[in-house]
Amino acid sequence: MSRQVGNSTTQLAQNDPLGSVQRQVMWNRLIAVVEQQAQTLIRSSFSTSTREAGDLSAGIFDTHGRMIAQAVTGTPGHVNSMAVAVRHFIKAYPIGTMAQGDAYITNDPWLASGHLFDITVVTPAFFDNQIVGLFASTIHLPDVGGRGMGTEARQVFEEGLAIPIMPIARRGEMNEDLLKIIRANSREPVQCEGDVYSAVAAGEAGAGALVAMMEEFNLDTIEELANYILATSEAAVRAEIAALPDGVYRNTVTLDGYDSPIIIAVSLTIAGDQIHLDFDGTSPQSAYGINVVLNYTQAYSTFGVRCLIGKGIPNNWGSLAPITVGAPEGCILNAMRPAPVAARHILGYILPDAVFGCLQAVMPEHVPAEGSLGWNQQFRGASDHFGAARTWEILMFSNGGMGAQMMRDGLSTTGFPAGLKSIPIEAAEAAAPIVFWRKELLPDSAGAGKQRGGYAQVVEVASLGAAPLSLSAMFDRIVHPPRGRDGGENGRNGALYTGSGSVLAGKGLHKLAPGERVIIEHPGGGGFGDPFTRDLGLIREELRSGLLSSSSAKAYGVVCTSDGVIDEQATQTLRNTRSALASS
Amino acid sequence: MSNDAATPLGRDDTGQGLARLGVDIGGTFTDVVLEFGARRHSTKILTTHLAPQQAVIEGVERLVREAGMCPSDLGLIVHGTTLATNALIERRGARTAFLTTQGFRDVLEMRTEYRYEQYDLGIRLPEPLVPRQWRMPIPERISILGDVLLPLDEAAVRRTAEQLREARIEAVAVGYLHAYANPAHERRTREILAEILPGVIVSLSSEVSPEMREYERFSTTCANAYVQPLMSRYLKELEKELRQLGYRCPLLLMLSTGGLVPVETAALFPVRLVESGPAGGAIFATDVASQNGVSRCLSFDMGGTTAKICFVDDFVANTSREFEVARVYRYAKGSGLPLRIPVIEMVEIGAGGGSIAAVDDLGRVRVGPESAGSEPGPVCYGLGGTRPAVTDANAVLGRLDPVYFAAGSLALDIASAEQAIEGNIGRPLKLEAGMSAYAITEIVDENMASAARVHGVESGRNIGDYTMIAYGGGGPLHACSVAGKLGIKRVLIPPSAGVGSAVGFLRAPISYEVARSSYGRLQDVKAERLNALFSEMAEEAGNVVLAVPGVTAPNELRWAMMRYAGQGHEIVVPLPVNHLTEADIAAIAAEFERRYRGLYSRVVPNAVPEMMSLGLRISSSVHLPSPVPEQLPVGQATPSHVVLHFDAERNASIELPVFRRDDLEVGRTMEGPALVVEAETTLFITNKFRAFLNRAGVLECHVK
Repeated sequence: MSRQVGNSTTQLAQNDPLGSVQRQVMWNRLIAVVEQQAQTLIRSSFSTSTREAGDLSAGIFDTHGRMIAQAVTGTPGHVNSMAVAVRHFIKAYPIGTMAQGDAYITNDPWLASGHLFDITVVTPAFFDNQIVGLFASTIHLPDVGGRGMGTEARQVFEEGLAIPIMPIARRGEMNEDLLKIIRANSREPVQCEGDVYSAVAAGEAGAGALVAMMEEFNLDTIEELANYILATSEAAVRAEIAALPDGVYRNTVTLDGYDSPIIIAVSLTIAGDQIHLDFDGTSPQSAYGINVVLNYTQAYSTFGVRCLIGKGIPNNWGSLAPITVGAPEGCILNAMRPAPVAARHILGYILPDAVFGCLQAVMPEHVPAEGSLGWNQQFRGASDHFGAARTWEILMFSNGGMGAQMMRDGLSTTGFPAGLKSIPIEAAEAAAPIVFWRKELLPDSAGAGKQRGGYAQVVEVASLGAAPLSLSAMFDRIVHPPRGRDGGENGRNGALYTGSGSVLAGKGLHKLAPGERVIIEHPGGGGFGDPFTRDLGLIREELRSGLLSSSSAKAYGVVCTSDGVIDEQATQTLRNTRSALASS
Repeated sequence: MSNDAATPLGRDDTGQGLARLGVDIGGTFTDVVLEFGARRHSTKILTTHLAPQQAVIEGVERLVREAGMCPSDLGLIVHGTTLATNALIERRGARTAFLTTQGFRDVLEMRTEYRYEQYDLGIRLPEPLVPRQWRMPIPERISILGDVLLPLDEAAVRRTAEQLREARIEAVAVGYLHAYANPAHERRTREILAEILPGVIVSLSSEVSPEMREYERFSTTCANAYVQPLMSRYLKELEKELRQLGYRCPLLLMLSTGGLVPVETAALFPVRLVESGPAGGAIFATDVASQNGVSRCLSFDMGGTTAKICFVDDFVANTSREFEVARVYRYAKGSGLPLRIPVIEMVEIGAGGGSIAAVDDLGRVRVGPESAGSEPGPVCYGLGGTRPAVTDANAVLGRLDPVYFAAGSLALDIASAEQAIEGNIGRPLKLEAGMSAYAITEIVDENMASAARVHGVESGRNIGDYTMIAYGGGGPLHACSVAGKLGIKRVLIPPSAGVGSAVGFLRAPISYEVARSSYGRLQDVKAERLNALFSEMAEEAGNVVLAVPGVTAPNELRWAMMRYAGQGHEIVVPLPVNHLTEADIAAIAAEFERRYRGLYSRVVPNAVPEMMSLGLRISSSVHLPSPVPEQLPVGQATPSHVVLHFDAERNASIELPVFRRDDLEVGRTMEGPALVVEAETTLFITNKFRAFLNRAGVLECHVK
């Protein structure tokens, strides 16, 4: 297969049905190879964010730095920014200088995935002494020193250890000097070092699986296969874009921000078979660590487009190419060094919703109402389960409700857009001396609508022993809730307060006295369509389950009797009255 | 290994031997197999869903009569069933309540919060087995260290139990946080429930699935409770009716791992039975693979409702501890209910003889996953089915011989099948019945082939290097076509292929696995503590295994689950089966590092190994048959008759030779296209293959 030359790949696919089937098989296999890399990360990593939540990405790149395939397991912010990062590695260490057993690392926010916590590791794969491809992965380390994960730094220099692109392994030998520096700079030295080892092992696992595949299919390069995959993917995405009406579609979203509201302004231009997103008009960069680098802006806004356009087409350099992203320098979505960027995910997570708002005019039947954003919580302490001195850090992921769509309710407590798993309570409590006292659905949090938004959750946490606990809050949509669409109501605002009732700021480092609980109410998803038209059977079910209270049922034009049962007649009257008013 | 251990179970010590019986209840058919020395009788009966034991008893009686035996001639009955699985899929289980730590009643509904398809905004999530109003919060809390942070509120348990009694709840699951570390609150809760709800069976998470990670543990526990009343009622009924008819031999149940347990154990943990039928199939395939020297085997089992695909490399089927049942969205991983039980790893596709065919909005033929099952069944069964199924397509194409089908127990109504296919497929697509039927079989074959391909790819296997072993009622009909699509060059159809899982039951070891949490940094682990735990575990597993007559010298395996402190996933480290000393601890550390290096290239220098849990399995020995000498084809076989078969390439019916398997001589070849008929199934040799009977009595199909 690899020796076929001359023809363009798309032509080949048409003229050679069997060859095209074999390419399909090898394409699938390549996705399986990178999945093996991702699973190695999950199995061998130390931090809960990688091993439990899947806060990672893994992919294979050709020698030009083009991403050919990504693992199914992975988070968009890592995947799509890693897709851009690899070319910086090749620039710093040209292909010809790499040796078997090498691996390269960086955590530069502007080159990779937007904050110092994420390391990207690149491993060359050799076959017959030739580099045939590069494996890259990105994972989130539990701590890299500085002020830790949060919004509080004023410059990136305060946010922890920076690692420029450099070797982490040379010809199979780990770079012990760098590992010493990483250990010395982390509140979680063992986990950090273990995770670096895990990333190197995953790259090697990917390279091994690729070599086995090449032997099996008798390939001596994957160049031809890469061209086929990228051309096929790109053509398929372009065809889908071309089917949409040309035009410029705009949307604006307002968020709480740190000390003042932030405006995300986006215009989406469909021109022929291309889409361009422009964030002109967006608020300027902040003095706090909620700024976003362009890589990350590109990653999440492109992801938003890909959820609606070409969603069945695997993600790679080809399928990403027709979508371009721009943001003015110095705006909060294209922050300049040395801006602080640690909590860049808060704004990153809103970008798919911002894009959806543009596409509402183009594909109203698919576009959801706004959702809750993931509420990541970083907890920190200085003594272990038994009270002995030990610094520790843990990052928890949890979600409110997703927005409703025209044909379906929003999903409750589901990770969108990051797609991360929540960390099991039992695994979190094993990793850190904290106790969860509550983690359950939050009644009345869903935005009402013909289709309701997803329900949010409420979480209560305290320290296990007599030691104090810190929470780095990185929460938004406390003042500005997720908006409903097409007559649907907004989801409920988020809230943050202590067991004794003090309200806490949505962003910042909060210290909690031993045993004091912090209560985290996530935002609910926005509703879709007129709530008065919602099916009564569905409302009855939610009243019975306790998720909807009699008083909140009023939003649906539902009247309940004193024992919480729907009063059919009064409900019908109320619903009719309003529709009569509307039509008069 | 002693000779005793090699004696098949159920034989008496005179060597004369007693007959053994395998029973597999599937979604459509109940298969029964009786073996006595080299003799084998088998039958297929439509599953009787309302009282499944009826079909079982009918089949057992039929075979015992046919063999000229009486009930006391049976030494063992081995049973597997998809009843539990189907109850989970169709939500026909008990009214179940779930008592859980206050503040966590929604764990079942919140799942892991994961979106299993990143780019798909339309994914669906499984409904929890227990609805919110029956998920009851109980004040109590145990810490990660096993300490009581909040004592169990016994009054709350009592109040809850009263409520459940009023609501006529039939089954109760109890799952508290960290109960695997300290089960005291769960056990006390069961005691209180027993006082107020006598007769209601209670499943504890610390017994059903004593492992960390609450969602998976609670999901498994609730599934167990949900199917338990149904399963224990059924098993009791079956046992009683068998006893009344004079069958006094042991009744053993097949587990999802391929091991066997006594009926009492099965009734306590019915969730462990979910994949028992397919597990029997995998054992059957392993046996055939060994007999035919097939070290790379693709086991292909197609029944009435689903097809199961599983790889058997070097005569061992892969096992896994993660399994999902009742997937609700395109069979996608993540869309089902997670079960943390040991299972044989396989892919299941909604493609069987009963799978219903339809034309979708885009004018494409779609087959399955909806199935006509046994009630009403495919149209040609004449039991009231009106929508065409895969079996109807096979009947219309001429691939089913009405005389032989289901051992002649069902009269096939081919005319009605043709009408249904014409009406539902032919008319919208403007195709004749023959071409429409062909489209149905092509689509279902393509579905199975692509599932197999993906499974192969996901696990990094080159499927073209594999030999397919096909069985199940529909397996032999579709095997050559699926193999052709996969580039597989050799297909084996063993004897009794139509009832393969039931035969597999008779090849399975008696086996029971026990796990115990035993946390500690390896440097702090004391050999004495391990010895004490292992002797407890050996006793528990031994009590199950040795209770079965005929098991005398069982095999024992021991292992530890280990990792570096701070990691979340363990690796298996085998331990010696003997009294451990402190010197062994150092050896365990070395073995951990050796295995870790094998998996992840290098060890992590500053990390500390820790032990999470211990495992132990006791099982009777299994004897795989030795390979039979290779047989080369010699001369041509003579067909018994011909049938008219629709040939899609010529768009016309042509005569197809039909061979009777019972009449075949070893080595005589049959050129495809041709049919080979036998009691429970039919082999369709496509035009790409030729076939012959080998010395093991296996039909070998080779690419021409």
